This record gives sequence, C-alpha cells and structure tokens, in this order.
Amino acid sequence: MSVDFETLIAEARAGRDFAPFLAAVPYFRFLGLTVKAGENDGELICALPADPKLIGNARLPALHGGVVGALLESVAIVQLIWSAETDRIPKIIDLQVDYLRSARPVETFARAVITKHGRRVANVRAEAWQDDPARPVAAAHAHFLLA
Amino acid sequence: MSEVPQLNPDSIDPKVVESIILQGIPHCKALGVKVIEVSRSHVTLSLPYNPDLVGDPASGILHGGAVTSLVDSVAGMAVFAAMQKLQAVATLDLRIDYLKPALAEKELYATAECYKLTRSIAFVRARAYHPETPDDLVANCVATFMIGSSDKPPLPKGTKVPGVPA
Repeated sequence: MSVDFETLIAEARAGRDFAPFLAAVPYFRFLGLTVKAGENDGELICALPADPKLIGNARLPALHGGVVGALLESVAIVQLIWSAETDRIPKIIDLQVDYLRSARPVETFARAVITKHGRRVANVRAEAWQDDPARPVAAAHAHFLLA
Repeated sequence: MSEVPQLNPDSIDPKVVESIILQGIPHCKALGVKVIEVSRSHVTLSLPYNPDLVGDPASGILHGGAVTSLVDSVAGMAVFAAMQKLQAVATLDLRIDYLKPALAEKELYATAECYKLTRSIAFVRARAYHPETPDDLVANCVATFMIGSSDKPPLPKGTKVPGVPA
C-alpha cells in the first residue's frame, strides 16, 4: 500500500480539511483523532473522542497519560504541517509533558503554538484541556526535526 | 479509609502487574501490552507490533504516542514494584527522548526503574528498545510520579490480587 503523503498534506493545507490525512495515519485512526480550525487565525484544534480504550485508570476513571502525551504530540505535528513549507511529517526529537490535572474519560482537546520554526528544528508548546481551555489537564514542550 | 493492598515484600508476582494492566488499564489492554519481567528494582513490558499503531505508513514505524503510552505504563508499574503496595500514583511529568524510530514488524520492550522513592514522589527512568538490541535505544525517559494521588488502588473494585489475601 502506498500513500502519497505529500499530496494529502498539500490538499489538507489548501482545503483546510485534515480528514483524509488523519485517515491515512493508522495511529490517528486508532485514537479517533479529529482536527478543526481554532478561534485564532491559523490555529488548529485536535480532539480525542471519549473512548473506553483510551482509559489508563479504570478505577478513577482517568485517561491514560500516554494518550494525553500522544494527543499533545499529534497536535504539534498537525500544527507544524499546517504552518510549515515542507510536505513531510516532522520527526519528534523529544517531548516533555507536565500533567496538571486528572484527565477524565471525556472528549479532550489540544492546541499547539510554534515557539520557534528553524530551518531544521522546530520548538513547539502544546496544551490539552477538556471543558475549559483556561484549565488545561496537561502542557507539553517538544522539539521536531524537519527533515 | 485505606484499602491499599500490600504486596509480598520478597518478590512481586508478575501476575499482579498483569492484573493491573489487563483490568486496571484498558488502554494497555487495547495496545496488547504484555508483562515480560517484574522485580522490586525493574519492570519490563512488551508492546507487540501492531499495524494500527503506525505513525508513518510509508515506513511502518510506530507513532511516538504508542511509545509514550508504553513508557508511561512501565514507569508506573516500576513505582508499584518499588513501593511494594498498590497505592494510587499519578504521572507528574514525563520527558522522552526519541533516539530512533521503533521499527516495523518488531516487538518493542520498555524497562523502567524507580531509582528514588520518597513519601510523596517517585523518580523513575525508563528506556524502550527492541529485545534483540537492548543497548540500541528507541527512547529514553525520565518521569516523576505523585504517590497517593487518590485513595483508590489502581484496580477495579473487587479484583482479586494474586498473592494478596482478599
């Protein structure tokens, strides 16, 4: 199976529709990730649906910390693809996640801000929230290699 | 009221970790995570290769998020093993360096060690690698956990813990 990512990414950017790109990445399908335009110009918001298979503590219950990390990494990738000139998927170098509140198993959102977009490396900050963007459940800082 | 199960102080039964993973952590069950080795000092888990977790279909490499979930899980298990009790813990922060991609069609292992345990905080380091090449790391991680983040143990109510009297 060959997927023409450069075309999917170019189409996503041109039409502001990330659905075909997200559908082409198996892990995004596994998470059920969706993307919509944010309030600010050029800002994207990723959403994770409420899904029992994303729970990391059945007793509380709470979302898995790794899933929250995955959402933050994914929104950073999507924002980079949207903002960057390259049509390749950025490669993650490192990720630091601060877990601020217990994430309940409900729909969860995330947005990313590109702090510095260099020629080879991008520095991105991301936040995840549930009901209220002013009360984030997690915040992350990541570096990506723009090959 | 504490209902925290105490574990056998001489050895941790891998079945205890298996119960937590299969019954307490639905996401690990969905990922197909398996328990490889458990001791007071180390825990090793495995993530069998699964095409659903691919981040780049052109190469078949896993998405970083799947690696993050495996590493966060094994780090938490290492805290239970070090504490010798099933007290609730919560990840405070997690820093991962992605040293190289997790290869297509290959099982991924992650080993964690809780190298410092205080009353409130556990400090953990973890690494992910393919079992054939344990020194050639896919990811390296340091994480801190808050201990006693909830008074509920990390298992569904009524779960029998192997080796622990009900």
